[in-house]
Parts: sequence; structure tokens; C-alpha cells
Amino acid sequence: MTYTLAPAAPLAEGEIALGKTLLQMMVRIRALEEGIERHFLAGEIPGFAHLSIGQEAVAAGVCAALRRDDYIASTHRGHGHTLAKGAAMKAMVAELFARSDGMCRGKGGSMHIADFSIGMLGANGVVAGGFGLVAGAALAARLRKTDQVAVCFFGDGATNRGPFHENLNLAAIWDLPALFVLENNRYASTTSTAETMKIEDVAIRADGYGMPARIVDGFDAVAVHHAALDAIGRARRGAGPTFIECKTYRVRGHYIGDPERYRTKDEVEAHKSDDPIVRLQARLAGELSQGEFEALWDAAKSEFAEALSFARASAPPETGEAFRGAYAGDRDPETPHGAFALREEASFAPFFSDAPSAGTGSVH
Amino acid sequence: MARTISFSEATLEAMREEMRRDPTVFLMGEDIAKQGGIFGQFKGLPDEFGLERVRDTPISEAALVGAGVGAALAGTRPVVDMHFADFITCSMDELVNQAAKLRYMFGEQCTVPLTLRAPDGITKSAGAQHSQSLESWFVHTPGLEVVIPASARDAKGLLKSAIRSDNPTLYFEHKSLFPRKGEVPDDDDFLIPIGKAETVRDGRDAVVITYGITVGRALEAAEQLARDERIDVRVVNLRTIWPLDYDAIADAVAATHRVAIAHEAVRVGGVGGEIAAFIAEHCFDDLDAPVVRLGAAHVPTPFAPNLQEAMYPRAPAIAAACRDLVRKSR
Repeated sequence: MTYTLAPAAPLAEGEIALGKTLLQMMVRIRALEEGIERHFLAGEIPGFAHLSIGQEAVAAGVCAALRRDDYIASTHRGHGHTLAKGAAMKAMVAELFARSDGMCRGKGGSMHIADFSIGMLGANGVVAGGFGLVAGAALAARLRKTDQVAVCFFGDGATNRGPFHENLNLAAIWDLPALFVLENNRYASTTSTAETMKIEDVAIRADGYGMPARIVDGFDAVAVHHAALDAIGRARRGAGPTFIECKTYRVRGHYIGDPERYRTKDEVEAHKSDDPIVRLQARLAGELSQGEFEALWDAAKSEFAEALSFARASAPPETGEAFRGAYAGDRDPETPHGAFALREEASFAPFFSDAPSAGTGSVH
Repeated sequence: MARTISFSEATLEAMREEMRRDPTVFLMGEDIAKQGGIFGQFKGLPDEFGLERVRDTPISEAALVGAGVGAALAGTRPVVDMHFADFITCSMDELVNQAAKLRYMFGEQCTVPLTLRAPDGITKSAGAQHSQSLESWFVHTPGLEVVIPASARDAKGLLKSAIRSDNPTLYFEHKSLFPRKGEVPDDDDFLIPIGKAETVRDGRDAVVITYGITVGRALEAAEQLARDERIDVRVVNLRTIWPLDYDAIADAVAATHRVAIAHEAVRVGGVGGEIAAFIAEHCFDDLDAPVVRLGAAHVPTPFAPNLQEAMYPRAPAIAAACRDLVRKSR
């Protein structure tokens, strides 16, 4: 399969508006993630968080080709996909801060963020966890006779897991309205892709399932967008799924705080010129003044500042929330699940951190 | 009105009625559309509902369950057939990390109305990889419901409830039960509520708390004890294994004071342990004797028929346990 870096040529006149839209989205994602990084390091965000800095072109390019009622499934590195699909930044930040106004009531966090109101079926803490969800959502769209499309974002590491192969095969034999978008960022956690697969282009794996594939410059949001538009159009027409490999690079570590002993600073430095924001700004030269570019950044930074204030002002979830939400019906004491949740809460209540004699343990 | 039909036909009726009632219900699995299922439990469904709603699939359990979860998130009610319950092991991430957790993790933005049908249990020298009863794993995993029918009536009522449930529900159906006949009500809306046990035989001397195929074995034991030894044994059919009907368990203990818990699944780490612990914690003063647990030995299921029949509780073992309970505490 052949693939060449897109030329840094200026965008054609008809693409200027698209370019600006994609640039704005990438700047918003970057501002969000740089903010997350700062406040994570300041100790305000519990758990783990994984940044997609350097990979924003994929989220922005693909999601701009989707409708609100289309589905996506994301990965543990999913802030960009979530925002680009249309989620509200403030509910996202509140979720990362584990607050009651978070998108998932503070029960998911960065790795399990989801927004079903826009078809975002969740980040996933399991590598390759999204394939089945996307195959199933695409199948459901077919059975309900809608023209919705489902998109799976995943990394190179996920393509070494069984569910990748099983679901690509399933999607292909059933011509499901799905799109599989590989963000090949050259690392699976901390291990180089060169050590974990014998092939250079992962896209050739799709051929084994009879699924058309293409490779695009994953630093070029416009190129990604065009590839996604074609594939989504194909899926919507009922012509079946497509595989798109986006060649990109993870500029930050696997997680915030990663000491990155597995690669050199020079290697990371060499990719700075590939920054998708820098690249698109260059292609918009003449059509976007420095002032307009700075205004995009100012707006994104103030959006994050507002989201931060919203998150900080939101209360943590009430302790009783721990015992509810696993089952439909468990908020109603008249149901078996609700009755059990009540019992469970009562048995733990003496050990709540704000109870007179706190401890831990289950005591039916 | 009621009719006598087989367990297999009862599940087929349940599928038909639920698929007619709700166009979002569909079925997928290996060898179901053309072959009709290993036990004939899907026979004829494609004729009425077509191959879009009754789907043959590749042997890809992870994709089957994963796509089942995705389809459940996106407005349909999938029923996924696992072929044999043993193969759930090939889709554990999809079931345990996805199906069970998404609703909670995502702050109740979604429901996962997925039904997993899993033929389980020991039968005809099927051997170690086709004979397991794995329910206790899923009782231990928050977010899942587990139902296990013991009769044709249960099979129909529980399957219909599982399909209508907004929670991911495992429906374990014992392979040896498929041909067994029983009475089933005529009513199209006959449902057995999830979370409710049933006392299938009254008795005052002891209770056998059980489920699935072992209900029949417990009834056989109870009949023999009543006939030959004037020991009066109650039998409680749990029907739902999660959420457990703790109230029914407590009532049975209070009424009989002597308890045996029996299942075909391996005894160690089995559901019987949870029930026994609950009784020890909450019903201690009602007990006249220590609780007895019966389950399969802690070994894989052997192939040789004589070995297979030696390692799980059948009627004589259940009768012996009840006899001991009564004699020791009289």
C-alpha cells in the first residue's frame, strides 16, 4: 500500500471554511488536554488520564464528517473524540474532576467518559473494547432501518487483539454501516509498534477480511476528513465498512506522568513539525491572520476556564450514589434490585467516611 | 388453560411471542437459523422473522457478545445464543467489562437489554469443556442478572422476562432439560418475575434450596423421603440466581429450621456458599442444624459415564443430606 505525506500546499479556495472549522476543533481539543494535564499534575484529577496531543487531526477530521445521531466508540485516549463528536466541555471536565455534574455523574472518569445524547458510546478502559460496540450499533442501525453510521476509533495496539479480527470479519460479511479508524501513533502503551508487529502498514490486515482500506496522513485534518467522508458515504449507502489507517504520533507519554524511558527526546522532538495544528495553520496561510489564530486560542482557553470553574463548583457525588446505577430499576426500592441496593447501603453506612466510626468492609 | 410441551418448545414459544411483540428483538448465534439450534430450540424462527432477525454468525464469541452489547446500547434487544455455556469464556471481556459495567460507569445514560442464552450442565459424557455450570462467576459480577429455569414453565416465563429486562441477563438452560415436557400456561403475557423464588413443594422437616435441573432431583428425593421415611421436605426453586430472593430463603429457613442447598455447579465457590453465608448471618437463631451444601466435586467433569455420575449431586445424595439433617437434630 502506498502512502505519502500530504504536501503542505495551501488549501484550495473551497476548503478554507472547512480548514478553519477543523483548526478550531483541534485548538479546542488541545486547550482541553493541556488544561487536563495541568490540573492532573496539580492533583485535582484522580485516576489515570491519557492525552491525544499530536493526534487531534483524526478526531476533528472524522467527527466533522458525522451527524449528531451517528455513533462513535472511543479508547482510553478519548477526550478528543468526545469533544469533536459534540460533547460539552464543562460536563467533560466535571467528570474528570469526579463531580456530580460530570457527564457520567462522576462514576466514569477520563477512561470511561461517554455522552449518549450525541451517540458517543464511551471511551473504553479495555484496549479493543470498542469494536464489538461499533459492530453492534451498526447492526442495530440496520435493523431499525435508519441510515446511521458507527465509527470505531482505536490504536495500533488494539489490532493485535482478537476482538479486532472477529469484529472486522463480522462487519465485513454483514456489510455493516461501520468505519474503523486506526490511529497508528506508533506505541502500544510504552511498547513500540515495530516490536509488536511484523508489518509496517496495519491497513493490510483489513484485506484479510475483504474490507477496503486506505492510509492517510494522520497529521492532516483535511486529508483525514476527506477519507472519512468517502467511507461514511459508502457506509450510509449500505455498501459496507471501510478501514482507515491514520499515520500519526503520540507526542505525550502513554499517561500523564509517564517517564517515557522507552524513547528518546530527539525522536519526540523530530515530530514537532508534524503538529497537526501547525500544519493546518500553515496551509491556511494568507486566509487566517495571526490575530484570528490567536482569537481561536483565546476562545478555547476561556472555554476551558469556564469548564474548570463549573467543575470546581460542582459537588462530589453523594455517598449513597455508590450503591445505585448498576441496574435499571435499582433506584426504586419496590424492585428486587432497588431493595438490595437499600440493604447494601444500610450495611455500609456505618463505615462511610463521614460516619461516627469509619472503617471499611462489607457486612450485609 | 395449560398445555404440555417440551422445555425446548417452551423457549421457542417465548422467542416467537417476544419477537412478535417487539420488532427490536432479534436473535444471533452459531448454527441457529439454518440448523435450528443444537437442541432444536430455534427451529422455524427464520420462516416467520427472516434472516435479518435470526442471524447465523461465525464462531466468534467475542464479536457476538460485543456486538450484542453494542446493539443493546443502540435501541434493540438482542438475544445471543452461546451454543454451549462453556464458550462464554471466549467473551468474558465483553460480558464482564462491557455489558455489566457500562450503565454504572456511564452514570445511567444507557441500558443494556441483552439476553445471553447459554446451554449448560452435565450431560451424556460431553466432557470437561462442554459440561460446566458457571453461574457463580456472574453472580459475583455486579451489573448482570442470572436466571436458571427448572421446567418448561420456567423456561418460557423466565425467557420472556429476560428479553423484556433492561439489564443484561444470563439465561442458563440445562442441556438435559430441553426434551423434558411440562405444563405451560396459554397466556401470551405469562411472565415469571426476575428476583422471585417459588416453593415447589411444601414441607416442614427440612428445605432444599436449589435451582435448574437440580430442582427435579430434589423433588425426587423429597418424594422418596415422604413415601419411605415420613420425612417432609420442602423444595424452593430459586429461578433467579441474581438478584437472589433473600426473603424467600429466610422464610424457608424459618419454616423448616434445617437447610440443604443443592446445585450442579462446583460446590467450592458456588452460589450455595453465598446462600449459606446469608443464612449464617441472618437466620442463625432459626437453625436446628448446620447448613449442608451439595454441589459438583472440585474437578473438571470427567468423560467416563461412571465417573461423571459420581461427581455431582443426584437424588440419592440430596435424600441422604436431608435424612442426616433431620436425624441429627431431632
